[in-house]
Amino acid sequence: MNPGPLTDLMEPTGVPAGWEAYGDERKPRMGFFTDTSVCIGCKACEVACKEWNLIPEDGRVWTGESYDNTSQLGANSWRHVAFVEQRKPLYEGASDENPLRWLMSSDVCKHCTHAACLDVCPTGSLFRTEFGTVVVQEDICNGCGYCVPACPFGVLDQRKIPSTLNVGHKPDLPPIGPLERGEKKDGRVWKCTLCYDRLKGGHEPACAKACPTKSIQFGPLDELRERADARLGKLAAEGWNAAQLYGRDPDDGVGGFGAFFLLLDDPEVYGLPPDPVVTTRDLPEMWTNMLAAAGALLGGITVLTLLGGRRK
Amino acid sequence: MPSLGTSFGRGGATTFQQDLQNADCIVIMGSNMAENHPVGFQWVMEARERGAKVLHVDPRFTRTSAMATKHVGIRAGSDIAFLGGIVNYVLQNDLYFREYVEHYTNAPVIIREEFADTEELDGLFSGWDPEQGEYDVQTWMYEGMEVHGSAGQREEGFNATKGEQSGHGGHGGGLQHGEPPAEDKTMQHPRCVFQLLKRHYQRYTPEFVAETCGCTVEEFVQVAETLAANSGRDRTSAFVYAVGWTQHTVGVQMIRCAAVVQQLLGNIGRPGGGIMALRGHASIQGSTDIPTLYNILPGYLPMPHTETYGDLEHYMQANTSPTGWWGHFRAYFVSLMKAYFGENASDENDWLFESLPRIDDDNSVYFTVEQMLKGKVKGYIIAGENPAVGHANGKAQRLGLSRLEWLVVRDVVEIESAAFWYDSPEVESGELKPEECATEIFFLPAASHTEKDGSFTNTQRLLQWHWQAVEPKEDCRSELWFYFHLGRLIKQKLEDSEDERDKLVKALRWEYPTHSGILEPSAEAVLQEVNGWEIESGKFLSGYPELKDDGSTLCGCWIYCGCFEDGINQTARKKPHWEQDSYVANQWAWAWPSNRHIIYNRASADPDGKPWSERKRYVWWDGEQGKWTGLDTPDFEETKEPHYVPPDGAAAEDAIAGGHPFIMQADGRSWLYVPQGLEDGPLPTHYEPHESPFDNPLYSQRANPRRQQNDLAEDPYNPVDGEPGTDVYPYVVTTYRLTEHHTAGGMTRSVNYLSELQPAMFCEVHPDLAAEVGLENGGWATIYTSRSAIEARVLVTDRMRPLRMKDGRTVHQVGLPYHWGKRGLVTGDSANDLAHMVLDPNVHIQEVKAFTCGIRPGRRPRGADLPRFVAELRERAHSRREQDPRVEPEEVRKTTPS
Amino acid sequence: MPLAKLLESWPALRQLREGDPLGLGKAVQSPRSQSLVPRIDEAEHVVQSVCPYCAVGCGQLVYVKDGEITQIEGDPASPISRGRLCPKGQASKSYAQSPIREYKVKYRRPYGTEWEELSLEDAMEMIAERIVKTRAETWEWETEDGNPANRTMAIGNLGGATLDNEENYLIKKLMTGLGIVQVENQARI
Repeated sequence: MNPGPLTDLMEPTGVPAGWEAYGDERKPRMGFFTDTSVCIGCKACEVACKEWNLIPEDGRVWTGESYDNTSQLGANSWRHVAFVEQRKPLYEGASDENPLRWLMSSDVCKHCTHAACLDVCPTGSLFRTEFGTVVVQEDICNGCGYCVPACPFGVLDQRKIPSTLNVGHKPDLPPIGPLERGEKKDGRVWKCTLCYDRLKGGHEPACAKACPTKSIQFGPLDELRERADARLGKLAAEGWNAAQLYGRDPDDGVGGFGAFFLLLDDPEVYGLPPDPVVTTRDLPEMWTNMLAAAGALLGGITVLTLLGGRRK
Repeated sequence: MPSLGTSFGRGGATTFQQDLQNADCIVIMGSNMAENHPVGFQWVMEARERGAKVLHVDPRFTRTSAMATKHVGIRAGSDIAFLGGIVNYVLQNDLYFREYVEHYTNAPVIIREEFADTEELDGLFSGWDPEQGEYDVQTWMYEGMEVHGSAGQREEGFNATKGEQSGHGGHGGGLQHGEPPAEDKTMQHPRCVFQLLKRHYQRYTPEFVAETCGCTVEEFVQVAETLAANSGRDRTSAFVYAVGWTQHTVGVQMIRCAAVVQQLLGNIGRPGGGIMALRGHASIQGSTDIPTLYNILPGYLPMPHTETYGDLEHYMQANTSPTGWWGHFRAYFVSLMKAYFGENASDENDWLFESLPRIDDDNSVYFTVEQMLKGKVKGYIIAGENPAVGHANGKAQRLGLSRLEWLVVRDVVEIESAAFWYDSPEVESGELKPEECATEIFFLPAASHTEKDGSFTNTQRLLQWHWQAVEPKEDCRSELWFYFHLGRLIKQKLEDSEDERDKLVKALRWEYPTHSGILEPSAEAVLQEVNGWEIESGKFLSGYPELKDDGSTLCGCWIYCGCFEDGINQTARKKPHWEQDSYVANQWAWAWPSNRHIIYNRASADPDGKPWSERKRYVWWDGEQGKWTGLDTPDFEETKEPHYVPPDGAAAEDAIAGGHPFIMQADGRSWLYVPQGLEDGPLPTHYEPHESPFDNPLYSQRANPRRQQNDLAEDPYNPVDGEPGTDVYPYVVTTYRLTEHHTAGGMTRSVNYLSELQPAMFCEVHPDLAAEVGLENGGWATIYTSRSAIEARVLVTDRMRPLRMKDGRTVHQVGLPYHWGKRGLVTGDSANDLAHMVLDPNVHIQEVKAFTCGIRPGRRPRGADLPRFVAELRERAHSRREQDPRVEPEEVRKTTPS
Repeated sequence: MPLAKLLESWPALRQLREGDPLGLGKAVQSPRSQSLVPRIDEAEHVVQSVCPYCAVGCGQLVYVKDGEITQIEGDPASPISRGRLCPKGQASKSYAQSPIREYKVKYRRPYGTEWEELSLEDAMEMIAERIVKTRAETWEWETEDGNPANRTMAIGNLGGATLDNEENYLIKKLMTGLGIVQVENQARI
């Protein structure tokens, strides 16, 4: 079995696999540039996302962690604003006796150039759209959960609550956050779609549209990268402390993010992996081994199925 | 807003949010703009990106501070000390904008010899009447002239002046060719405003500021320097405030002090300058312009007062200013009476003036609550407000409601003010039992903004129309529907009444077209009445200069006249900003007055009518065309020349000279010094909050002598300033909002997506305080005052910085968001249960931004143990206090009459 | 399903034909994904509105289908907000459709321990009666000092900062006509 195409996938081309196949239907690769230097931590992105995508609420848990009660990205939170309180000055070398800064950053699915979730999805639910984004198709996902550990950022998550959660405090109230589309019981995986439906209609994603200070910028990835470089230059000139881009670089472990960031400290400060690597990096080899084993056990049928498609 | 009203002439923000992008420096103080006005904050960020300095001066390090180029922490309630320090710094270092100050402010005006400053009288101004606990303001007047403020006491009625000549506007002389009779253009006369100002603030040194506010000298100087360096011909600075300033016993004077700073620096009426008052409700500006307030009629016309006005002529005389646009008071009033009563109001019956209801000095909401507690109020209607959570001293509020005979609550959800009789802290403690509560309650579901047509007036005086999107369901109705049909039913019932009492309500014009199955009245028809028309022709008026005092015009609110010009709903104009000529976007909706966005914009040009600088051009005199022109509608008579000198005997606006931009003021100038219009002084003075752990470093008069206290058993106060018992409540507490919620929570604790973002009541404390009293992050705390005790989750954060004060004392501040109550998707104790009902004397607003508390770890006692716990602490504090109470000899305990 | 179409939808064939041999993109696009239309494009009408929360005055677009709001988002045309909204404004639809929103009149009689049902018509009639009666019983022509009063001090009205100008106008007009002076709202500044 020749795992050639999979090897190609791993080359740092900056071009997401599956995207070019759209041919004439292919659109410029779209993404997010989240500039945390102007994020006011209002969480409009979280709410706009939920309103548009009809996401169930994620529970009313007060965490005691600054103003962050969302805690992490998950099946029911596709945007998450992190709050970091630091005894550091905003500007390098500022002579503040008690320096203090409060970093805020809206996290989201990175829509990786090399997306492990996509590689491991056996049903073809996770796919690369014509915009170069990575989307879970809710009518396909069967909730197998293979993608969950594959994500180096912990973005993918199964929706464990029933889809008809009654969150009102009275028993006879209608459900909130219902699935208006799709009839399946839940257990499926949900994450940011970069508002795939809105993109198809020519609208920008809900979070980017709402963002009061345009911390979340949406646009063709090429343009965003240029904008980010200019922005970083400006902040550096102004002496901002530890400003840096995260996920902008196509040479990084996931081939660059479709949704990348300007941070004001190292990624781990925000709870982000400093050096993310596509978890399917070793997949070609694994596949060879697995195929050998499978061949020994089942003969050609399995091979055909795997080759033929991921859809069951 | 008498602070901006008395200083500049109109009680509204002087600028608009988009113009903040033009500022070279923005001082945000008394506001947490990024959190509470996030979308408006984009204009601050635009300015910052262009290189502007953003200075946040606030007790807490908030999301606004995080975005600021500099945050300075100060003690809650010490704002006048800080601002007065800026005034002093600017004056001592000659950093003021001399030409602007000389020509456009009342700095050169000479004040009567009898006037005495707080510096002479140890914290009191001249005219203090210790018997009444009030000021007689006669000594505050201009020499040789009596001027009436454009706001403040204008709204209350002029009786409060108490002088012999009170109620006789214009006596004692007037302007002479546009100038007050006594002034010194060199500003050297010892009694001119400029010199008074210098003396008044001379002790507000950087060291004084640091010791009083708890910041460092360097921090203060940095703010003062930055502000001054970014003001002048070429540069402008803006101030932004919100209820962090208003909700104090000196709230009006805090804003006034910023007005003094901005006048000295020449920042009013100019692009990138101004004072941006940020309001917290969709139409809070509108509900003062077209007031649901006791003391004014639409357009800031005073309600008739029980003591002041015998008849119409007396009322007219008292309220008509001989000079400036208040010179047309009669036209505004008569046109309103025509709108209210139509042909039933005529010259013959004095426009029904004699039949109008009369107010007392204070019939504000806290007065009403006192009256409820005393059993004197029988019926109450609440529409879109939640006093059980949102007003100070929640227990007094709820007990007040429980003593009504009947109560109507209109809201979208069942708020705490409707549910208090079966679900409240008092029911929990046994102080209130449903089977013993006599109040009959009607809960009526309200329509949301998407279910009705109407206009909101936003924070920048902009009237914006919103169209109905869907029909309200079932019993949900708009307020327009409720009050229209209520009025219709009442008029029906009284149709045959011959009682004199019913004359006025029978005389009301109450015909509005209705539509749809539920007979919704036409909101546009109401707006048309607000705009007004010429009665004979039915032609819509295009602006307030067209109003007549002979009953030939009708107008429901003179300052809104023009909003339906040409029969077109100007407030519904929605031309996209990218299709408009400039960032002013004056074809989007409609701003009062007369679609002016920056008001007093004549001041953006120099006395000759030329822009102060190319960089800051906005409105200027076009000599060729012989008129004012520019980016905005000129806030000046279009063809009045810059050097116009009023002729002898000129009246109203004709008496205002071409070089005086503040056309609502009796002298056409902005007021550094307010001779009339404010209850508590012509110049802002530092007083301590009613409850404060500190003494006043300036005067033996500790707190605002004119603040309003009450004698209710339900509203006891904590000991102050080192009195025995102060140590029971040693910390400063301040209350506030979060981005994720809105006010008392009715509109957000009902929303899943918001409730989950801030699901629990919490308090914010510094690690040092946490260590001092044993609080743990994520645990529980009980916070208590003499009024009550509440519990909250503990958030330990560096953002609640302890401040180092005079003599090395450290003050800790406790932060409390006030959004929670017993109802809704997320519930919690209400911060306002802790607050007292001591008020600012000008606007009767509560001091919830700075009072004192105690805090200890753990949850609060439950049931009957809660009031017992509160009482024990209170007794402990008060019994000790009584042994050695602080004496405030000059002060009487001014209470509202009962 | 006709055979041709069945074959066409067979993933392996699609993957090869559509140049997506790994089945990562177009080949696995589901029927739903292929036909996805944003629901704002399916709205029957769009209404320009204004956010009901704070006083910034952000423009809103309210999308309606079948008499129900399907989405509320920022109105890009507004010079103030430029299409942006904060979390509250962005949650306006959820506010209007709150799970705990009340749609029926509720009545609590004196000393009652439960809410009761009441028709809107009856409620209006009863409230009007209460006002007329209380007003008549507590009317003051004069103050204790003998000054003119023309009022009742036994009725008050609270609220207005969240309401429309037109609503505030009718409130003040009606209350003034009735001699009710204790008219107040939160905006005491």
